[in-house]
Order: sequence, then structure tokens, then C-alpha cells
Amino acid sequence: MTGHAVGVIAATLLASGVEFVEALTIVLAMGTTRGWRSTWFGVGAALVALAAITAVAGYALERWLPEALLQLVVGTLLLIFGLQWLRKAILRAAGLKALHDEDETYREEVAAAAAAGDERRLGLDWFAFVVSFKGVFLEGLEIVFIVITFGVNGGSIPLAVIGAALGGLVVLGAGLALHRPLARVPENTIKFAVGLLLSTFGTFWSVEGLGWFGPGESSLHWPGGDAAILVLFALWATLAWAAVRLLSVRPREREAA
Amino acid sequence: MRYVAGFFRFWWDFIVGDDWRIAAGVVLVLVIGGLLVADGDLSHALVAALTGLGLMVVAMASIVSAALRARR
Repeated sequence: MTGHAVGVIAATLLASGVEFVEALTIVLAMGTTRGWRSTWFGVGAALVALAAITAVAGYALERWLPEALLQLVVGTLLLIFGLQWLRKAILRAAGLKALHDEDETYREEVAAAAAAGDERRLGLDWFAFVVSFKGVFLEGLEIVFIVITFGVNGGSIPLAVIGAALGGLVVLGAGLALHRPLARVPENTIKFAVGLLLSTFGTFWSVEGLGWFGPGESSLHWPGGDAAILVLFALWATLAWAAVRLLSVRPREREAA
Repeated sequence: MRYVAGFFRFWWDFIVGDDWRIAAGVVLVLVIGGLLVADGDLSHALVAALTGLGLMVVAMASIVSAALRARR
């Protein structure tokens, strides 16, 4: 298995897993408070919308853009998007941003569901439908973005979809078995890893895509070829670790705050 | 018009997020890398290595400076 393939599966599986944890919290809150029928309709509608976006955007990008330009555009978007994940993960690891608390989110969603009115449309509890649709769609959109960028640039949409589906199945399986939010998942550690992977592949592809500015409009080649991915990952990880060390709030400062 | 603005705001928030400096730094470094490729004086391997390092330095400097500003 090549470095690309490992990266594609790891990034999509981890990203999908961590986003599904957040979607599962919302779906569980709606299902247990408002009933499962409308909640499942919301989840199903969101999954259909996400599948349609993946198919249309993936097909359009692959068909219409030359390879180097595709690498430049998609790699740049992936890098900027990945740096968002990495920035938040660094701030959380340094104690400068609150950690995500699934139990707290679940309590808030349950309270909102209990207080909401009883509007019915198309025979569905509209609140449960809309909230579960939005929860799955918005969390899923991040997975779709990662699947498309990794799949199209790595030439491996099936691998990216398999990785994302595996991540989703693991989380949904655990959620159905426990029937409660997955509060013990090390979300920030996983987001840190995903941020590093997105930044690594975003750097690799966006720089390869710079070849589009050259006379032949063909991709640049990194020194060492695909092995450069490992070097980039190591460098991003080292820089992120140094940033956490530099920014970490000392216990005395935390007490003062 | 409101829907168009909302559409673009959604994608801006989705991809760029709440710190535009990181995105601006990334685009700036890539533009410089593109100019170096178009110029053709340096080898492509050297441009790739320099641009990669530039991206890391700019991105991490943006993250650290934003965090330090937030702590003050």
C-alpha cells in the first residue's frame, strides 16, 4: 500500500469518526427526546444530500480541471481547511480553548428538544427532522470535503469513501451499543492527527500544483517523490508540538485566570 | 442577493474559518512559489522545498501570533 493510500484511509477514517461522534450526539438527543421516526428521516435526507454533493463535485472537479491546476486548487483549499483543524487542536492542547464536551452538548440539545414546539409538516415532527438533518449534514460536509479532496487528488475516491464509511460505522456501532453520547473518545487528539494529515497532504499537493505556472503546465516533483509526504508530516508535527509547548498555559497562570 | 451573500459567507466560514490571516499567508507563499516556477531560474525541486518550508513557517507564525494576541 502506497503512502498516498495510507494517508487517504487514515485521514478519511479519523475525520469521519470524529465528525460522526458530534453528529451522533445530536441524533441521539433528538431520537430519545422527540422520537426516532422523524429523526431517522432527517438523517436519511442528510446522507442522500451528502452523497449527491460528493458525486457531483467529485465528477465535476475531475473532468473539468487539468491535473496540475486541480492539485493547486484542491491542495490549497485542503491546506487552509486543515490548518483550521490544527489551529484549534493546538489551542485546545495548550489550554487556550475549551475542550469539546459531548455530555454537555447532549444536555443542551435535549433541553432544546424538550422546550421546542410541536409543529408537524409532511407528517413529521419538524423540529426533530430539521435538527437531525442539519446536524448530520453540517458535520458530514466536512467529511465530504475531505473525501473529495483526498479522493480526487490521490486518484482514489473509492479508498476515501471506504475510509469515511468505516469511521462512520465504528462510531454508529458504538453509539447504538451504548445508546449514549461517546464522551470518552479522545476527540482533540484525533482532530490533532487529522489536522496534521490535512496540512501535510495539502502542502504536498498545492506545491505540486504550482507546476501549472510553468511552461509545460505539468505538476512539480518534490525531492524524494512520495517520500516527501513523510518528511512533511514529521515537520508539521514538530512545529505543532513546539507551538503547543510555547503557548501552553502554566498552572499558575491558569489559577490566576 | 441575500442568498448569494449567505452562500459565499457559508463557504468562507467553512474553509477559511475565523482567522483569515492563515489563509492569506498560505495564498501569499503559493503566489511567490508560482512566480518562481514561472520565472524558471530555480530547479523545480528547490522551489517545491522552499515553498513547503515557507508554508509551514507562515502558517505556524500566524497560529502562534493569533494565540499570543488572544492571551493578552
